[in-house]
Amino acid sequence: MDVVAKGPWGLDPEHDTFPKLVRDNARRFPAKIAIREKDFGIWQSYTWSDYQAQARLIALGLASLGFRRGDKVVIVGDNRPQLYWAVAATQALGGVPVPVYQDAVEKEMAYVVDHAEARFAVAEDQEQVDKLLLVKRSCPRLEYIVYDDERGMRAYSEPGLMSLAELEEAGKKFEIGHPAHFDDELGKGHADDVAIICYTSGTTGLPKGAMLSHRNLLITARNAAACDQVRPDEEILSYLPMAWVGDHVFSYAQAIALGFAINCPESAGTVLPDLKEIGPTYFFAPPRIWENLLTTVMVRIEDCAWLKRRLVTFFFDLAQDIERSRLERRPVSRWRRLLYPLGQLLVYGPLRDNLGMRRVRRAYTAGEAIGPEIFVFFRALGINVKQIYGMTESSVFLTIQRDGDVRVDTVGTPISGVEIRISDGGEVLYRSPGVFQGYYKNEEATREMLVDGGWARSGDAGVLGQDGHLKIIDRAKDVARLAGGTLFAPKYLENKLKFSPFVKEAVCVGQERPYVTALINIDLAAVGNWAERQNIPYTSYTDLSQKPEVYDLVGREVVRVNESLREDDVLRGAQIRKFLILHKELDPDDEEITRTRKVRRGHVARKYAPLIDALYADGDHVQVEAQVTYEDGRTGMVRADVKIREVAGPPAQGVP
Amino acid sequence: MPEGAEPLLTVTDVSVRFGALLALNRVSLQIERGEVVAIIGPNGAGKTTLLNVISGFYHAYEGRIVFAGRDRTRLAPPDVAALGIARTFQNVALFKGMTVLDNIMTGRILKMRGSFLLEALYWGPAKRQELHHRAFVERIIDFLEIQPIRKTLAGRLPYGLQKRVELARALAAEPTLLLLDEPMAGMNVEEKEDMCRFILDVNSEFGTTIALIEHDMGVVMDISDRVAVLDYGRKIADGRPDQVRKDQAVLDAYLGVSHE
Repeated sequence: MDVVAKGPWGLDPEHDTFPKLVRDNARRFPAKIAIREKDFGIWQSYTWSDYQAQARLIALGLASLGFRRGDKVVIVGDNRPQLYWAVAATQALGGVPVPVYQDAVEKEMAYVVDHAEARFAVAEDQEQVDKLLLVKRSCPRLEYIVYDDERGMRAYSEPGLMSLAELEEAGKKFEIGHPAHFDDELGKGHADDVAIICYTSGTTGLPKGAMLSHRNLLITARNAAACDQVRPDEEILSYLPMAWVGDHVFSYAQAIALGFAINCPESAGTVLPDLKEIGPTYFFAPPRIWENLLTTVMVRIEDCAWLKRRLVTFFFDLAQDIERSRLERRPVSRWRRLLYPLGQLLVYGPLRDNLGMRRVRRAYTAGEAIGPEIFVFFRALGINVKQIYGMTESSVFLTIQRDGDVRVDTVGTPISGVEIRISDGGEVLYRSPGVFQGYYKNEEATREMLVDGGWARSGDAGVLGQDGHLKIIDRAKDVARLAGGTLFAPKYLENKLKFSPFVKEAVCVGQERPYVTALINIDLAAVGNWAERQNIPYTSYTDLSQKPEVYDLVGREVVRVNESLREDDVLRGAQIRKFLILHKELDPDDEEITRTRKVRRGHVARKYAPLIDALYADGDHVQVEAQVTYEDGRTGMVRADVKIREVAGPPAQGVP
Repeated sequence: MPEGAEPLLTVTDVSVRFGALLALNRVSLQIERGEVVAIIGPNGAGKTTLLNVISGFYHAYEGRIVFAGRDRTRLAPPDVAALGIARTFQNVALFKGMTVLDNIMTGRILKMRGSFLLEALYWGPAKRQELHHRAFVERIIDFLEIQPIRKTLAGRLPYGLQKRVELARALAAEPTLLLLDEPMAGMNVEEKEDMCRFILDVNSEFGTTIALIEHDMGVVMDISDRVAVLDYGRKIADGRPDQVRKDQAVLDAYLGVSHE
């Protein structure tokens, strides 16, 4: 089958890198909108010809500073047109952009800057510049820091620090002496050059820099678009961190490859209203965002008048019943089919509009397994949510659920060019034109990733169905067995728990243990709101989390999860016996979850070892101390008395 | 401060009397252009009265106030505002039923020209003017980072944000002198830090001269160029923060005098 992988993925040298494609877009449709950004309350538009002109100026500016082919440029900030231009500018000169998470603390940023050997950094604003200046002290290789937003920057006079406007000015001057420089450098680019280094947050150990070539990204982006009829007239909202490969693929690679428009929200706090104003046609969100959306909806419904609440709940149940029948290919009863249009008029349509999802043709979820209830909920509203599967090392897209072939429990079938097989150990292996070039300066990790014959390891345990659908069970190393030998998939349980609007995060434990237990994080917004309505006073997160009423509330959710587990043949033995509510939120600053908000299971298990031991002991409470890291990097201690609750054993058969 | 430059505001021997109570007793104060001046003092010292007399809310019973070279001891608040003095209030005074955006737009009212009819029709010059003012207000919204609450009703905001909106409204008037009456009262540490940063940014980015009343000594010492201390209607000290902190009269006023 090697023919498929090697055959038709050639690229003509005029169109084989992203900056060349930007130039091509600017020629073919100069006046078409490429980027919108909400600034000063108004959506400001930039066309493809602006995109090209700006990228060119930035590139010339960098060239005037002595930029050499292969130089790395750290890019850090919220999604801003200027930063996307900087990515294109860097690539045009044969350099490699290295996007960094904007909320990374100085230490994390220093690691990437140092490891990538970056000479340049392009930052959004003062906040990022402050961090970079600190980083620069320990990484003298970093020579130049360029910033976009000039606010608060008046008093800075460090050498090598300049505004983007100054850089572009220098670019204009440089162009006079070197009029052909940009086009020459652009022409030297090749499809197999490294296009970007994405540092994977890594749920274990230090971040690794995955190198993706132009060919990796371009072929994968096009193949995925072809699978799902993605068109040049799409509108997307670019709100996920630029350092995450997902944003890079959607907002950069696919946007340029197809020529569609991206929209940058005004600030992190305005994503929801901006989503509503833009009404994207193509939307991407990790399960976390879908969960947040659902929580927002549920909280607002709880606040509604009695009649409205009843109405909404009735139609939600109706739509979810219908959607479940559809997904399981069961017939839908006639009266339900008759009622659906009424629900459309009264509930689904207005709610879809309110969420900004009215024009969505397809919305993807990936990055983690999505709770089936959450998935069904949004599909029931008439939003075409589909699961895709992929990772940084595969240029994202491996499988996509096709329209009309969507299932709750699979992630779809491979896109063209991708081959999937399951290893003897149950791990998902893939081979595709998107397989990365290796980890930067980490041969050993690269070798671990790649197995014979061009196959790469995903690290996930999965099953490939007869129908070609891939089903992911859990991280390969997380799937475990209880002491009694019962199969136990922690992520599966956690997702079920997280469907509750009251549960923000959950960590299930059980490997080599007699039974399953859970550490739960409550959602402050939802539980706080609930407590207010119940007239339960509380002073802080810690205080609220330990209220007996809150334990009752969460206990009911745990019982619900246990009940739904009884329907699963394989996993029914792994029900949650005991749980506790953590006294603090899991936080990326404390390294408990990654910046993309995945639980770092190993770290949590070590850090909360006394809590976990207590869950397997007899007591009903435990004293804890935990270190917290504040946003400025200082640390402090939080002490609390955490209660432990045993869930009532499974009720007798037949009880609802 | 350039030698010989005229102060922005000169208050000379101003007294304010409420019946038999002498709220301000021959207070003099100079504020230079571009300064951040803190006015401190125990409760009832006359701090707010001083701000009120500067903003034309009260009138001086004796003394003179010269602002930007013009005597304006006896002007009414709207005229003072037109001269370029804006203020915020100790107890937030926003229009609670209006959105944040509309509240800030009211700060532009003195800059608006045009007939009622054109405004009502939203036509021609009236429309251009509205767009111009809106653009200015959006700059302030961006500056104070309140984009997410642009369309929220002011009354529904937490206290710290209401204070920030009030600052935004005062800034919308493009003041030369900004009077802040306890901008950080009732805020938590984080909100206070934000507010400090905004006050300093306003001062450096817009060049606005700022006079503020504040009780939190940490804040006062951090952000002000100069501190004036009032006690029982008299000014008892005036100088750099570190000087004032050591001043015996100030220590006595705050800690009480020990009688031996």
